[in-house]
Amino acid sequence: MARVVVDVMLKPEILDPQGQAIVGACGRLGFDGVAQVRQGKRFEVEVDGEVDDVRLAEIRRLAETLLANPVIEDFALRVE
Amino acid sequence: MTARVGVVTFPGSLDDRDAARAVRIAGAEPVALWHDTADLQGVDAVVLPGGFSYGDYLRCGAIARFAPIMSELVPAAASGALPVLGICNGFQILCESHLLPGALTRNRSLHFLNRDVTLRVEATGTAWTNRYTAGQDIRIVLKSGEGNYVADPATLDELERSGRVVARYADGAPNGAQRDIAGVANEHGNVVGLMPHPEHAVEALTGPSTDGLGFFASVLAHLADGSPMRAGAAG
Repeated sequence: MARVVVDVMLKPEILDPQGQAIVGACGRLGFDGVAQVRQGKRFEVEVDGEVDDVRLAEIRRLAETLLANPVIEDFALRVE
Repeated sequence: MTARVGVVTFPGSLDDRDAARAVRIAGAEPVALWHDTADLQGVDAVVLPGGFSYGDYLRCGAIARFAPIMSELVPAAASGALPVLGICNGFQILCESHLLPGALTRNRSLHFLNRDVTLRVEATGTAWTNRYTAGQDIRIVLKSGEGNYVADPATLDELERSGRVVARYADGAPNGAQRDIAGVANEHGNVVGLMPHPEHAVEALTGPSTDGLGFFASVLAHLADGSPMRAGAAG
């Protein structure tokens, strides 16, 4: 079994009100010096067998079709 | 012949009954369509209602986009032939399906908003807005947590230039929507997405007005007319 991790983040130009709320909480809790927080999603995709180029390309297609909305989000893949 | 307007029910749809009721009050026959059946039953137009399809898992509308009925709906809508109105969650589904540009994200305040809003109708050349006059103010309810319309500046410019902004929040977007956009149309004017809920404003007893009825009356006029439509204020 191999694992491919897909990280999905809002594009930098898209407002992230959840991240801003977290920054606000940081200040209230005394965690000083936190300038910015962006909140994203992490998907752990478990696959049978090895992750070869074909399988990785397939998961990339899954990421851009379903896991991320390319209109507002970027994603990155890595094999763990 | 009475027009037949389909209303799709997804798991988690909430406003399908109100949408069907609005269709009936407008004088058409509502046809219940089921997400899991790839059959539009020959309807003349379709409403994708509000709610929380698939629990809003992943992203609002992201799972519903791949429901079997969408495999029939998307090509018919993209060709310009089938009028489709997406309300709230329906609007989110239309954006996820790439039938409409942009996306709907979390309200800027992070709060779910439930209030009557005044919309200014702009594009009156669409299949769903031809009974309004450009600049007309209508009062209908907004109830959503992810109604913040976003698109890149080039897309927003193009929407404005081509007259595809269907309506804006007249008093500023309470959810942070860019350029106060409450609804947009595709390039053919047959597909319209709207964040607030016209189907809840069709009877004086239960709605803030009956202003919402115009969306449903418009599609009937469009179907009866049979003339080609286009987006834009001059329709």
